Amino acid sequence: MRHLTQDELVLFYYREKGGVDRRQAEEHLQMCDLCRRELADLARSLEAIESLPIPERDEKYGGEVWTRIRPRLADGFGRRWNFVPPLRTWALAGSVAVLLVVAFWGGRVWQQRRTPTVATIPPPARERILMVAVGDHLERAQMLLVEVMNQEPEGKVDVSQKKQLAQDLVQSNRLYRQTALRDGQPGVANVLDELERVLLYISHSPDEISADQLASLRHQIESQGILFKVRVVELQVQDKQKRAGSHLHGNPL
Amino acid sequence: MEANDGATQVLAEDQDSFRVLVERHSRAIFRLAFRMTGNEHDAEDIVQETFLRAYRGLHKFESRANFGTWLHRVAINCALDHLGRVRRREEEPYSEGPRPEEENEPLSSIPSAGPTPERLLLSVELKKKIEGALAELSDRERAAFVMRHFDGCSIEEIGKALGLRGNTAKNTVFRAVQKLREALQPMVNS
Repeated sequence: MRHLTQDELVLFYYREKGGVDRRQAEEHLQMCDLCRRELADLARSLEAIESLPIPERDEKYGGEVWTRIRPRLADGFGRRWNFVPPLRTWALAGSVAVLLVVAFWGGRVWQQRRTPTVATIPPPARERILMVAVGDHLERAQMLLVEVMNQEPEGKVDVSQKKQLAQDLVQSNRLYRQTALRDGQPGVANVLDELERVLLYISHSPDEISADQLASLRHQIESQGILFKVRVVELQVQDKQKRAGSHLHGNPL
Repeated sequence: MEANDGATQVLAEDQDSFRVLVERHSRAIFRLAFRMTGNEHDAEDIVQETFLRAYRGLHKFESRANFGTWLHRVAINCALDHLGRVRRREEEPYSEGPRPEEENEPLSSIPSAGPTPERLLLSVELKKKIEGALAELSDRERAAFVMRHFDGCSIEEIGKALGLRGNTAKNTVFRAVQKLREALQPMVNS
């Protein structure tokens, strides 16, 4: 058989679907020292890039980003007035005086018409944000439940990472459950309530649990059909989300 | 009056929903942005710009897609725009030189199994070499490579995100890998 080309080696290395016949390539690599060496060299070069250090950002980072962008979100989708025209001092003083008068009268009229709110987000966008956030939440919750169900029950089971994810999900779950209740969706609220109990159980577990504890957790998930219910709610959310944005398509920005 | 209070409440909760998304995805977007730019400050700017763009363009998000994947595509585009601006600035006469912190990054952050002087020197050299090799890639090659190598995107996904046809996307990845390999192989295999 002919040797693998550089491009084929790249496709093989990245397990790109439809790139190269994997079985044939593997057979060839078993026999061919040259191609095996080439692949090893390629892997070494690419793996070296992973050693490039990336500055760490701790768990508070997301909150810091939120603090920085929030004022810009609240002001008409981030289009904030940030251009100061080069006025001379007198002109500036005059403008400020005019602005004060306008602001005074404008403020009186404005107050009569509207109670100030935190942002000017149009209702469809609000619903969209909520739907995307709930969809993301349910997807992560599903991943966690699937991982629990697939965990090997041997001796002590390390659930420290799952515990961390569950702690993160509990807070948002509570928020969405309350929103569902307020919006008159008791079915969704019930599913989120059942999910919350499982999340709480995991988040309050020790880092390592026994096989019996894992079995009990699985039983809780299975007996109540939580995974299935979460999937159903996720489909409902996706459907709602689709309807909310049916007139637009999903291209990146 | 009551209706207004209700609207305020809904608004506050929607902001809370978006806050959850920001808190959840910021670190991953930062890592992606840093890999694209190699610069901490630029990466910070890209993180913020990504969330602002995502917020404005949330109506374009397809419900069947994964939000994280979509957000990464937004971030890649933000990074490309940013790199384009930087390149244009650099091409202008009297452009500013590199920031001082870029020149004096702490060497202690380099991972090393055994910090012998030879190993440390090799790490420093390798780091420089990798940074240099990545900087030699075009913006598009760098984006394609980061998406393929670090984000595990398929060629098809890369093509969609960067607006490239299948073969062009594939060749962009190949070119990037080839350039990196040529630059790093002598050192990695030594």
